[in-house]
Formats: sequence, structure tokens, C-alpha cells
Amino acid sequence: MDDTSEQRKQGQNNLKTGKIDPKFKYEIMRMPGSEKVHLCFQCGTCTADCVIARFTDFYRPRKIARTIQLGLKERLIGNEALWLCTTCHTCIDHCPQGVEVSSIIRALRNISVKNLGAMPSIYKIFASNILKSGYVYLMPESRLKKREEQGLPPLPKPNLNDVAKLFHATGFNETLEKAKTMENAKAEGAN
Amino acid sequence: MKRLKKQRPWKMQKLKVQIRMAETKFLFFLGCLIPYRLPSYEVSARKVLGKLGVDLVEMPEFNCCGFPVAPVDYELALSLAARNLCLAEQQNMTVMTLCNGCFGTLNEANKVLKKDKMLRDKINSNLQQIGMEFKGTSNIKHLVHILTEDVGLEKLKEFVKSPLTGLRVAQHTGCHLLRPSKNIGHSDNPEDPIILKKLISVTGAECLDYEDETECCGNTVIGVNEEIPFKISKEKLEHVKASGAQALVTVCPSCHMMYDFNQPRIEKAFNVSFNLPVLHYTQLLGLAMGFKPEELMLSENRVKPTFLL
Ligand code: SF4
Ligand code: SF4
Repeated sequence: MDDTSEQRKQGQNNLKTGKIDPKFKYEIMRMPGSEKVHLCFQCGTCTADCVIARFTDFYRPRKIARTIQLGLKERLIGNEALWLCTTCHTCIDHCPQGVEVSSIIRALRNISVKNLGAMPSIYKIFASNILKSGYVYLMPESRLKKREEQGLPPLPKPNLNDVAKLFHATGFNETLEKAKTMENAKAEGAN
Repeated sequence: MKRLKKQRPWKMQKLKVQIRMAETKFLFFLGCLIPYRLPSYEVSARKVLGKLGVDLVEMPEFNCCGFPVAPVDYELALSLAARNLCLAEQQNMTVMTLCNGCFGTLNEANKVLKKDKMLRDKINSNLQQIGMEFKGTSNIKHLVHILTEDVGLEKLKEFVKSPLTGLRVAQHTGCHLLRPSKNIGHSDNPEDPIILKKLISVTGAECLDYEDETECCGNTVIGVNEEIPFKISKEKLEHVKASGAQALVTVCPSCHMMYDFNQPRIEKAFNVSFNLPVLHYTQLLGLAMGFKPEELMLSENRVKPTFLL
């Protein structure tokens, strides 16, 4: 009995109400695809079938859903593990409650980028490339020339004006300009 | 009575698929990774489709499908996808992709925006700035859907001039052709995929089963963490090898990069040897249709399929 009450006390210490954001759950539920996070009943199917959970000992989609329900925003926003989801969408297909876990992880990533102004460097490169060229990779001249030799039609010229306007309309051009890479942010934090 | 009710929607759906007229002309959405790294997929696909009488019209002024930016800003990803969908609506043609990621992204954007009015209004207000409006009238297909639904397996068989009898392969269909199944459409089974297996059988090659066929390749997170996707793919390559397959067949440039381009790196990281050639399905079909290996750029594959060259 003593053990249990000790554990209970510890549990209460772990959940300091000051760290709880009671509105966090609703913030997530407003993001597209994340509407059903409150319906998660912790069965663990998503974790059982998640490829990343299988190959790590810390990435657990079930826990992510619960952490949102509890309003423990700080534990999730900026958490590097979020960037490991491969978007294989097995969790969406298998959840008996219709919770779209991978959409929820996308929402958490989006909020992390907005709130912390940091993203993994690869995404900065991807987004900058699209803004610069319309494509996610900068196509070297040599490759474009080779297309001719290979009997392939020239690559369609992207409409960079349109692309820039869409970056502007979503406000992402500003986010991108200011954003640190998560790798840098981490190094700064360590100093 | 209850059972009847349950069955009906399924029957209707099947009927609809059958009634839809087979098309022969498609708007080709090439995407980014194929022209950047895998001309072998594009060249072999164009050769094969040309011979099958499938006309490709290049999608003008397209941009990246949007997939790579969804993790950082989903609204931007949807806007980029929707711009491509608007181009397709203007051309009034079904879109064809060779890439699972492009298919998954464009198809999902199309369905999500049709269903969710609030989201559609938001994206349309972005599109207004470039004089476009998403209406939801386009149709998105991956190569495998066109080969099975528009060309048809029967017709495909007629084009197989040198069947690959005796060749044993395995397939990796890839996540974004299967899941989330509620948005994918078409008739594959997300738990036990069959479309690519049927397409392989047509070539005369034998398609072998192996453990965990629907497991992800892991390539999407390689820019953040290399170790985990390497472990995932090592396991896949082990399972395929254990089945006795001589080659692995893919229909996605991203999966192909993982299993072919990265295979020597995986071998080095774990001190193992696979030497398992990875073929684009269009290369396999091309061989069966009588194209020469060099016409299908087979020697461009990183793990050399020496027994086919
Ligand atoms: S499968 Fe669904 S209900 Fe079960 S733990 Fe995961 S999110 Fe919750
Ligand atoms: S989509 Fe992400 S969270 Fe879901 S099963 Fe796949 S890797 Fe795991």
C-alpha cells in the first residue's frame, strides 16, 4: 500500500498543473486531419504497428496522443522525435478510433516550426529550393542537357512568380527567412 | 437484410470503376526526384507507354507536388498541390504520376479539399493571388492504375513478346500507393497488396511473397536520421533475399533510391552483402516487351542486374 501511495505522490509531482495547457488539445483538433485526437482510447495499436516504434525505444505514437490529451504541450513542441515519422500512414489505417496519428504528428511539427522558428536543415533546403526553382532539387545544367541526349523532352519551366506568391500568401516565406535549423538551435542551446 | 445493405455500396463502387471509360491520353506529372536522379525510370516508362499506345501530354509549368513541405507548413503544401490540380483541371485530363509521393500528395489534396469546405476556402484564397481556383474536377492516377485500369492486363499480355519465364522477383508497392486507404481509391488491398504482383505476373516472371511486404522503406526521414531508415531497409532486403528473389521491383523513385542507390551504403554500415538488383517495374515490363536492356537504361541501376544485361 505504501508503495502505491508513494507512486501516486510521485505521479502528482510529475504532473505539475502549471505545465499543463488545457487548451492544447483543442489547438491540435483545429488542425486538418487531427480532429479526432480526443477519441484516442490508448489501445496502443498505432505503436504496435509503427515502423519507427519498432526500431527505436523512445518513439511511441500512442504516448504522443495521450500527451496531447493531457495538455503537456512542452513535452511535444520542439521534441526532435517528432521528425522521425516516415508518414507510412499505417497508424491511420489501423486506428480503431479513426484517429489520424500521422496527421497529428504533422500538426505538431507545423506548430513547432511556427512557435520555435526552427526546423531540421533538410526542410529549409527543400523549401528554399522550391522557392528558387519550383522543384525540390536544384537541377544541374548538365542533367538538363543530358535529357536531350536521352531523348527526353525538356523539363517544363516552372512559374516561379506563382510559387513565390503562394509562399507569400501562406506567410511561409517569412518563416523560412527567419527560421534557424534545429541543428543550430540545439548547438546554441548546449552552449 | 442488414447484410444486403452492407454489401450494396461496395457493389456500386465496383460498378463505377467498371463503367469509367478507359483513357489513352494522360497529363504527365513528372515530379522532382525522377528528373533529378532517376532518368532510367522516366526513359523506361516513356518507352513502354509509347508502345502500349498511351499518350502523354507534359504538364506545363508544374511545381513540386508539395509533399516535402507538408511537415513544415501543411497549408503551403496543400497550396502547391492545389496549383498543380488547377493546371490539371484546365487541361481536363487525368493526371499520371510515376512517383508514389506525388500520387499520394496530389490525390489526397484533391480529396481533402473537395470534402473540407473551410480548408478549400482557405486554399482558394491563396490561389486567388495567382488567378486560380480549385474546383475538384481532376482525377489522379499512378502508372500502376493506368496499366491495370486503362490499358488492362489482357491487353498488356498481348504486348509481352519475350516472357521472363524463370525469373524470380519480389515487389515493394510502397506506402503512398496503399495508405491511408480511405483516400487512395482504386482496388489494391493495403494489407496484402496485389496490383503490382499481377503486373509482374504478366511479364512471365514469378513474383515471390516475403515477410512484411507492406513495410515502409524509411526514405522520407533520411535527411533527419540515416541510421533508422538504414536499419529498416536492411531488414527489408534480408526478407526479400530470404524469399529467393533475384531482384526487387519498385514503382516509386523514393523507394528505389533507398533499396538501390543506398544498398551499398547499407551493406557497408552493417557489414553485410545483398547484391540484390532493384528494377523499376517499367524496366521489367520493357524487357518482357522486347526492349533491349540499354533502351531501358538498366546499366544505370546502381546494383547491376548482370544476369539481365
Ligand atoms: S490506435 Fe488510435 S486509439 Fe489506439 S492508441 Fe493509437 S491513436 Fe489511440
Ligand atoms: S505514419 Fe509515422 S507514426 Fe504512423 S505508423 Fe508510420 S512512422 Fe509510425
